[in-house]
Amino acid sequence: MTDAGQLRLRTPHHRVSRRAVTWWTLHAVIGWAVVLAPQGIALLFVDDASAWQLAALGVTAVLAVAHVLVMPRWRYRVHRWETTPEAVYTLAGWFDQEWRVAPVSRIQTVDTRRGPLQQLLGLTTVTVTTASAAGPVLIEGLDHEVAVRLVDELTSTTQATPGDAT
Amino acid sequence: MTPQETPPQQTAQQETAQQETAQQQMPPQQTAQQQTAPGEFDGFPRAPELVEPEPVPDWRRLDLRMLVVRPLNELVGLVPVVVGLLVFGSGDRWRFLSGVGVVVVVVGVGLLSWLTTRYRITAEQVELRKGLLVRKRLAVPRDRIRTVDLTAKLGHRLFGLSAIRVGTGQHEKAGEDGLTLDAVSSQEAERLRQVLLDRAPAASPAAGAVPDTADAPPGEELARLDPRWLRFAPLTLSGLVAVGTTFGVLMNYAQELDLHPSSSTIDWLTGSPIAVTVAVAAAVVLVLAVIGSLLIYVLQFWNFRLTREADGTVRVRRGLLTTRSVSVEEQRLRGVEVQQPLLLRAGRGARAAAVTTGLGSKGESSVLLPPAPASEAHRVAAAVLGVAESPTRAPLAAHPVAALRRRLVRAVVPVLVLAGVLAVVAPDWTWRAALALVPFAALLGWDRYRALGHALTERYLVTRSGSAVRETVALQRGGVIGWRLHRSFFQRRAGLITVTATTAAGDGSYAVIDVGEAEGLALADAAVPDLLRPFLTTEPAPAKP
Repeated sequence: MTDAGQLRLRTPHHRVSRRAVTWWTLHAVIGWAVVLAPQGIALLFVDDASAWQLAALGVTAVLAVAHVLVMPRWRYRVHRWETTPEAVYTLAGWFDQEWRVAPVSRIQTVDTRRGPLQQLLGLTTVTVTTASAAGPVLIEGLDHEVAVRLVDELTSTTQATPGDAT
Repeated sequence: MTPQETPPQQTAQQETAQQETAQQQMPPQQTAQQQTAPGEFDGFPRAPELVEPEPVPDWRRLDLRMLVVRPLNELVGLVPVVVGLLVFGSGDRWRFLSGVGVVVVVVGVGLLSWLTTRYRITAEQVELRKGLLVRKRLAVPRDRIRTVDLTAKLGHRLFGLSAIRVGTGQHEKAGEDGLTLDAVSSQEAERLRQVLLDRAPAASPAAGAVPDTADAPPGEELARLDPRWLRFAPLTLSGLVAVGTTFGVLMNYAQELDLHPSSSTIDWLTGSPIAVTVAVAAAVVLVLAVIGSLLIYVLQFWNFRLTREADGTVRVRRGLLTTRSVSVEEQRLRGVEVQQPLLLRAGRGARAAAVTTGLGSKGESSVLLPPAPASEAHRVAAAVLGVAESPTRAPLAAHPVAALRRRLVRAVVPVLVLAGVLAVVAPDWTWRAALALVPFAALLGWDRYRALGHALTERYLVTRSGSAVRETVALQRGGVIGWRLHRSFFQRRAGLITVTATTAAGDGSYAVIDVGEAEGLALADAAVPDLLRPFLTTEPAPAKP
């Protein structure tokens, strides 16, 4: 650390689609429903529920509401991406955050994936893989058209780069 | 003399010969340019196939002797059971018949697999066809071959056979065994090893050409087994694991074999005070574990030799009964890892493993050196990497004190939580016992912090971490193909960051854990010039001290 200042990573330029907030919310709601439903059903079939059961259900419900409300918005503020002619650069996460950098010259495949929810919302996840099993760069919740353009761009630059990317 | 000067009436064979000389003299692009020079043959480019088309080799079968060897290898594993059945079994007919049935099935499966498996090696790729119900066809491009691994189990060796496994740069998923020919004759395996690792398949006249194995120069020896290294064997946990497994198997078959502890043993066990029983049991386990670990060490590493071959590969040969030979293309070697499990470290020992594309670094195949003195591990690392002083020995920069705090919290808090839970739900003495573990947890955290360190040498990024297994990795800077920079909520508050280099080799990623943020970014920036630079900014120093 010098007086001149501290080295930091700057945030990538582009945000993901605003609709990603809805997508993450739906995802979280479904996830919590899976946890809450059995507890609720158990309560229905038990005549006198123990205090433990009620407390557990209460705590789960509070956590669920907090997570569903906070996580998608927090994520939206964090998630960013950017491509330059040399590299793909992303920032993702919320509580824990991770930057990923993959040089274009080392890109092996560029894939897109759209789950049912994403199709409904017109979103796409772009996965950029390199030769490393640990190194895929994911850009979640992109607007579909932006994603298509991004994939085209990356594919053409990758093809122009020689070598076997290892 | 260039192809242009060749008179057109020359025979095809002569042309072939001259084309080859021309290719040796100049890079391919240049040749192509001259071939399409204007005015030559009415301005048309010369047809590219001047070389006679190589005959496509026939599909070959695996060695016929596998019909015997495969069942043999599989039956060896069943020997204890068979013997048990014969000796201890009550000898009823049903058991005998079921035993015969197993043998028939094993032999039949071997026969089917031999009948349906074929391979061939063309100029471009290695192809394998196998399977009866599910037909599989595997093809590996020859220029993607990174490692060749020869394994001969006892049965193979009796019949002079070897299994050969071809590794590519891909990360093989668990359960997929790459392209394996199990098995061919040992001479054929050795020939394939040389052919497949030969970097210029086009240069050898025919793809299946046989470089005479006898001609191959022996290669430079980098290390060989020193019997004194056996003292490190008990410091590995392999013996303990072996004792555990054997015990488990025995218990499994105890019923089958009618094994019952003799009544005198039981009397003694129940009769003596508990401390004595525990002490004696521990001593017995210890002795067995030491013997077991020595046996395993000898079985795995007898005749261990590490050589650098003339064809640009590093080769490890080892094994007493099952022999293994792993050849790694030196060009694809991305670094070396020195591993020190806790006990081995206490005895100043270490293992070394290769970080290379085509092999994971945890598997058996990447072994460069069995447990040996730590100084030897560093020496081998340097020798394999072809440098004077091993980067794994570079002085490492320690990580900030905040990292120590995180290590301690992570080690101690789970124990405290456990104690808290036990205090509520379990008898009184359990939470006290849990609390007694706190000092050990703290020690572990302290040791984990002491392990943390990183360095950047001229060609290598060095990082060290771990307590139960301390790993020092020297990763070639050119082999880094991306960065992952992770900051958890707590790391953010502590001003720390985990910088992970991703690579196509070994584990796929190597982390510099909990380094100061600015320091970590500077490290990543310096390790691979220009990759991270565009994304870095310099902010004014934060106001808080």
